[in-house]
Amino acid sequence: MAGKRIIRVLDIDLTAEKMETIRREDLAPYIGGIGVAAKLFSELVQPDKDPMDPEQPIIFANGPMSTIFPVVTKTVAVFRSPLTGEWGESYAGMRLALAMRMSGFQAIVIRGKAARPVYLSIGNHGVRFKDASALWGLTVSETGSILRDLEPGRGHRSCIRIGPAGEKGVRFANVNVDTYRHFGRLGLGALFGSKNLKAMVVYGEREEKIENFAKYNQVYKEIYTRAVTTDIMDKYHGLGTAINVNGLNHLNGLPTRNLQQSSFEHAEVIGGESFAEQSLVRKMACAGCPVGCIHIGLHRREFGPGYDYESKYLSYDHELIFALGSFLGMSTQDKIYQLIDAVEELGLDAITAGVLLGWVTEACQRGIISEEQLGVKPEFDKTEPYLEILRRIVHPPNELYQMLALGAYAAAQRYGGQEYAMTLGKTEIAGYHTGYANILGQAVGARHSHLDNAGYSVDQKLKNKSPEEKVAALIKEEKWRNVLNCLTICLFAREIYQVDTVIAALDSIGISVTAEELEKLGHDIFEIKNTTRKQLGFAFNNLHTPERFFETASLTGKLDRQQFEEMLDLYQKQIGVHSQR
Amino acid sequence: MAKILHAKYMAKCIGCYSCMLACARVIRHSFSLSKSAIQIRTAGGLQSRFLADICRGCLDPACARACHCGALLPRSGGGVKFIPDKCMGCQDCVDACVVKTIRFDHESNKPVICIQCGTCTRFCPHQVITMEEREDGR
Repeated sequence: MAGKRIIRVLDIDLTAEKMETIRREDLAPYIGGIGVAAKLFSELVQPDKDPMDPEQPIIFANGPMSTIFPVVTKTVAVFRSPLTGEWGESYAGMRLALAMRMSGFQAIVIRGKAARPVYLSIGNHGVRFKDASALWGLTVSETGSILRDLEPGRGHRSCIRIGPAGEKGVRFANVNVDTYRHFGRLGLGALFGSKNLKAMVVYGEREEKIENFAKYNQVYKEIYTRAVTTDIMDKYHGLGTAINVNGLNHLNGLPTRNLQQSSFEHAEVIGGESFAEQSLVRKMACAGCPVGCIHIGLHRREFGPGYDYESKYLSYDHELIFALGSFLGMSTQDKIYQLIDAVEELGLDAITAGVLLGWVTEACQRGIISEEQLGVKPEFDKTEPYLEILRRIVHPPNELYQMLALGAYAAAQRYGGQEYAMTLGKTEIAGYHTGYANILGQAVGARHSHLDNAGYSVDQKLKNKSPEEKVAALIKEEKWRNVLNCLTICLFAREIYQVDTVIAALDSIGISVTAEELEKLGHDIFEIKNTTRKQLGFAFNNLHTPERFFETASLTGKLDRQQFEEMLDLYQKQIGVHSQR
Repeated sequence: MAKILHAKYMAKCIGCYSCMLACARVIRHSFSLSKSAIQIRTAGGLQSRFLADICRGCLDPACARACHCGALLPRSGGGVKFIPDKCMGCQDCVDACVVKTIRFDHESNKPVICIQCGTCTRFCPHQVITMEEREDGR
């Protein structure tokens, strides 16, 4: 398979301000994306050193199909997570995969720590290390505006940057990618901050000739036609992911008020239909995606007397409406936009921020943390206290806020309330309460994401199947998604990129691979991740599953802890790990 | 009359770049967006609107007037025909273009000329760019 391909890795050392291009023919069988990144990370990670140690690497990778096939839009980042201390893996779209392609690098490795704040300007010339001292402390949007004027490559470039949260080491700080997408969840922003790295601008004009035009053009056209005519266009372009809000709510699957409920009386008002009708102003796409699922809403805010208004265009999705909406009891779109704006500018992961605020609210109500420590009184459906808490997490005035900056799991370990700190694998939950497969999938998934193995979907599609079948489906899905993530295909297009299509697409650009080889690749990456995770401290018997999951009815009814534990045992048995329970 | 490329509906543009990919792929057999004669960009970052830098299909094209080697010839209905074999790579057309949308490809030593073929419009998922006749005939 893919013998002569050479993966060009740009290796950047921030400490020495040195760079090197490394040509790795041996990485070709990993194709690209998560395969290449997982392999490089497993070679470079320092398991005995702190996640924020300067030596810890950050790996970015795109794939051979990036941008030149429809909906192949993602770049993967792999790193040791500052939030969990374990496996860090995150995906972002917009222009980064395109810009990396045009710069001629399939992977970028960042190591070391700059002596003072820097940003990286990366093109086909390599890297320039640029002074970012004037940018340090600035919000995400201001940083973007300044870099737009400073750097070349307008139209084809990508600008990724952190906000104050990353600089201050908040463990769930994200990295913003081209304003509307993010490397979210596991704290890549904190890692950037720990390296004194404010931003990275990537661009290039590299020529790449098409070897077999007739073959490639035909496959491209077939996939393009399917992308613009099948129902993913309707679902993701139409209302977007926010379409899920009302659907989940009707079925008791929408986590509400820190999962004290699984349906929300104001869901209608904050559902995809209402957002579209009342505040949607445009839709956007990542480079190379004809679907365009990014929904931009208008947030209008009066900032002073005498009709002084400001307006902002903010991106909304199901996960944001859940985490900063239903989970916090927010009854209007305007309130959700206020919170989205705050997390965007500070550079915080939206899901983690919302789920953490849910715990803070309940913990304060129950008296395990005090209004005095917080400085404000958090209450569901009230934005002002939440906005203040978010600011203080980034600029912590006391020990409580220092703990909150570590995420909900760490805070609950310190203060109590673990039974309603809604995390799985130390990672705040996504916006679904569908049943056992959803909880199990996030608990065992490599990055503790609903996207690892789509447990929420297994719960619904295999509703009447046995626990064994559900567990097998999770494992199979996680392995296949490893393959799709080697190709950095947006998972929204997973129905289009079935195995035959993947093989035809790769073949048309000179990469010949069989279905069996792909299956083995998915399995090998699964194993690389599991081996590395274990070195970084992941253990099945350390998994903590908050009691709240078993108290609040789910989409598939009330759940039972015993049955869940049995499924967890089954999972370990099926992947060949001896149960330690 | 022959049709020319229009970008009248840019408010509907999602920035997917399918048009650029189509031009680079079909006309120049390249994966590189820098080889596309149509360029989509933002007015000032992704919170602003999208703009299309396209050949406006002039009836009396300044680029053709500036070309002294016979590589660019006026096309009936607007725009130009490009004869690459005759092009010497002087770049006078790049300077002459009124709307400054001709890019120069240093590798082939030739300009990236829009030939008004309409391929980009066939890959626009939202009918933002279209091939239409000149309304006023000018």
